[in-house]
Amino acid sequence: MLPEDDDMGIESEDDEIAEEEIQTESGFGSVIVVDNLPCVSPEKYEKLLGVVTRLFSRVGTIREGGLWMPTDPETKDSLGFAFIEFLTPAEAHAAREQTNGYKLDKSHTFVVNMFDDFEKYLKVTDEYQPPAPKEYVPTDNLLEWMMDRRGRDQFVVRYGDETEVHWHDAARRQPEEVYKRTFWTESFVQWSPRGTYLATVHRQGVAVWGGPKFVRLMRFSHPGCVLIDFSPCEKYLISYSSQEPNNPREKASLTLNIFDIRNGKKLRNFTGGTEDFAVGAAAGPGGSLKWPVFKWAGGCDDKYFARLGKNAISVYETPDMGLLDKKSLKLDGVHDFAWSPAEPILCAYQTEQSGGNLPARISLVRMPDRQELRQKNLFSVSDVKMFWHPQGDYLAVRVERYTKTRKSTYSAFELFSLKERDIPMEILELPDKSEKIIDFQWEPRGNRFAILHGDGPRPTFSLYCMKDLKTTARGVQLIGTLPNKQANCMSWSPQGKFLILGGLKALNGQLEFFNADDFETLNAAEHFMCTDIDWDPTGRYVATSVTSIHQMENGYNIWLFNGELLYRTPKERFYQYLWRPRQPTLLTPEQERDILKNLKQRTKRFEEEDEALALESDAGLVAMRKKLMKDWEDWLESKREWIEQNEATRRAILGDRLQEGEFTVEQVEVEDKLGTTEELIAA
Amino acid sequence: MRPYLLKGHERPLTQLKFNREGDLLFSCAKDPHPTLWYSSDGQRVGTYIGHNGAVPSCDVSLDSSRLLTASQDSSAKLWDVETGECLHTFKFQAPCRAVAFSLGEQHAAISTDAFMAQPSLIHIVKLAEDPADQESEPEISFTCPKGRISRVAFTDGNTTLLAVSEDGYVRRYDVETGKMLQEEHIHEGYIQDMQMSTDGTHFVTASLDKTAKLVDAQTLEVLKTYVTERNANSAALSPIFDHVLIGGGQEASQVTTTSSRAGRFEARFFHKIYEEEFASCRGHFGPINATAFHPDGRSFVTGGEDGYVRLHHFDNDYFSARFF
Repeated sequence: MLPEDDDMGIESEDDEIAEEEIQTESGFGSVIVVDNLPCVSPEKYEKLLGVVTRLFSRVGTIREGGLWMPTDPETKDSLGFAFIEFLTPAEAHAAREQTNGYKLDKSHTFVVNMFDDFEKYLKVTDEYQPPAPKEYVPTDNLLEWMMDRRGRDQFVVRYGDETEVHWHDAARRQPEEVYKRTFWTESFVQWSPRGTYLATVHRQGVAVWGGPKFVRLMRFSHPGCVLIDFSPCEKYLISYSSQEPNNPREKASLTLNIFDIRNGKKLRNFTGGTEDFAVGAAAGPGGSLKWPVFKWAGGCDDKYFARLGKNAISVYETPDMGLLDKKSLKLDGVHDFAWSPAEPILCAYQTEQSGGNLPARISLVRMPDRQELRQKNLFSVSDVKMFWHPQGDYLAVRVERYTKTRKSTYSAFELFSLKERDIPMEILELPDKSEKIIDFQWEPRGNRFAILHGDGPRPTFSLYCMKDLKTTARGVQLIGTLPNKQANCMSWSPQGKFLILGGLKALNGQLEFFNADDFETLNAAEHFMCTDIDWDPTGRYVATSVTSIHQMENGYNIWLFNGELLYRTPKERFYQYLWRPRQPTLLTPEQERDILKNLKQRTKRFEEEDEALALESDAGLVAMRKKLMKDWEDWLESKREWIEQNEATRRAILGDRLQEGEFTVEQVEVEDKLGTTEELIAA
Repeated sequence: MRPYLLKGHERPLTQLKFNREGDLLFSCAKDPHPTLWYSSDGQRVGTYIGHNGAVPSCDVSLDSSRLLTASQDSSAKLWDVETGECLHTFKFQAPCRAVAFSLGEQHAAISTDAFMAQPSLIHIVKLAEDPADQESEPEISFTCPKGRISRVAFTDGNTTLLAVSEDGYVRRYDVETGKMLQEEHIHEGYIQDMQMSTDGTHFVTASLDKTAKLVDAQTLEVLKTYVTERNANSAALSPIFDHVLIGGGQEASQVTTTSSRAGRFEARFFHKIYEEEFASCRGHFGPINATAFHPDGRSFVTGGEDGYVRLHHFDNDYFSARFF
């Protein structure tokens, strides 16, 4: 929270807008004006008043004495309009929405307006004034961080009231500060998926920052915004706020705004009851909503996004934000869906219909032509979970089925290979089908997957591959399995090959660094009470952090991929650690292959550089210590006079009780004679 | 060297104090018996019996003849160190917390906690030459801002008094008038301990905000900060090296909720100037509440929530090794 009377240098035009709205809460924000009422004589006045009161109390609570229907002072006839004040502006807005255009009878159709709108529109001058063209200000290079000569990565940390962006300097084994700001955000920060922007969330809405100096690039007004989501190519931003019901008659409602990040325009707004959005798998416990509401299709310049509806998936198209082909994708009993991260293909899961006569279905549907690429019927399904391969090569569907007695369930995986013709599908059942699946993770940029399964406190770790690299024989194969792992989650390096088995939270932060190629453990370590594991985008370093959900040990550690601890940074009240994502590579596959081939030669230069840096940083440390010592000695020197004065008073007070020189420190040099040998030197 | 384990208290320790020569060690705890030990071998000399409640702090006179103790039984007692006889009892309306002799023992400062409607107070009492003539009424009592005052110390030739408090402030008072001359907010949490350097130019504080700080005694400016990641309950300055000893650990009430390793109950050594930790010494199985360096800098003591006092003598390596 920002302190009173201090905006920490973040002056905001939103403040005015927001304040205006807040001010009216006690003023006229909750007042509506109803026009086109019948003009009635004093005898009928009471009756009309009753009708109006009844009509509007249905929508919200009218304030005590908050209904006023003016009358002509001479004729005492009513003038045909009324002012109604509700308890809250939200109720007033709702009343306007619902009663505007209400037909009281043939000749009287209500026209309802917000009281404040009259004033607002009266202020608008009748003459058109063209807006002054803004001068062009060249923006900073937003991708500047990608041009770091040493190829370092950035990360953002949030602790206490501080938010800081650092370089991760592996050679010097320390973070290097790039930018910091106190009270930068009011709830959390989030990088955009390609790292160009950093979003901060405030009461008034969202702000995005970027460039070398982290200047504010754009602001998106959304009062009460709590959650945000970027589209994968960073073109759009979705913000979300929800409104709890004021009284039991109302239902929780939500507001979603979609903004264009670059020009800041609000492209579309979705409002409605939370229950309309929280359907199927999107519904959390207690009627809450799971984020994200809208899921973005992968790999096509943010073209489509979709949300789950009742018996349908609504797919929207950018940039006009309308429903694709003006109709939703009808799927009876659809419960969950997931987009492929690489193509506009979505996988939808429909539950059993008409009492189990229609089986449950998994279908792969391609957009925009809505062609069903593949579908699979499933029987006696209890639950389904979908796991897309990060590059969209494969799709794993975990199916929980009831046993015959329908008392317990067992799991199996249906594995789709999307890159092959006709999308073949395989079924994988673990040796013990009834075991609990704790975690499932695809290897990024590879074709292996890891499963953590087992019922006890020490589960089993198994590694499978989708095709044999040597024989290129297709078919899922077990690479190896290791029992008794102290782990409850797995995290692959974004480059594949390495993964960490983490025993987080209750397991005290055990970390096992594992090499999947050789199927061997590289290192076992512990970050006590660790709550999060984050790989850097290059897969070279891992950050483990203890966030403030745990009281002690707050802070983060940085490890090399093989489990060597590089440095640790304790921070009290630690909230967030986020690596800055990277832009997609500009190298062609050929170039990448070429680099891999000549890796030895290429790394030589960098190794030399790193060594020089390490030396330099050692020298830096020594110099720094020298300086600290010098400062301290200077400080002591500055106190000399004061000490002498003090000593004088001491002497005066204590008199002869003071003996000189209570303890003195002597530097003693001790020489040890290790031995003597006599040698004759030839003359 | 293996430490001497001094078992004499059955409740958590609160303060440890060497006399000027360093041959005697005074310990006080949350039990009513302040205890005297020989610092060379940890032999118990005796206890001072008379208090009826926990004893949060004590002070010993320069000539080691008098001991002043503050107790939660709302009294402070002046003892004859040698005989263990209580020479005088100062009675107050509220539990006592901090005590300090002035230089030359003409006066003493005693702080009392806020109790019932009474605020936190600091009392300055004049000490008579002969304990028989001792007056019970303080010369002056002055009100302090809310919060317990955990340690007090006379400075500037007995003209001013430094007090550290629960609200994270260190304050300087005029001894004559009781006027607050200066206050600085140096910690975010309860300041548990304050120990002066031998030359009186700076002092070290330990706080529940998980830091210990080195403060300029003249300007009250923070010079150095030692980050401990755990509650810091006590900090002491080595009289011969630029070393700071910090004791603390996870709060005692939470020890059972996590594994013992997480507690960090070690005595930890920081370099005073580089602010870096370079050594630690395990032993206590609860947080350390009190630390002290021997005046010759060759040994140190720690007292824990576990009721034990550990008396360590440094090995020769400590004096010859270069830590940085």
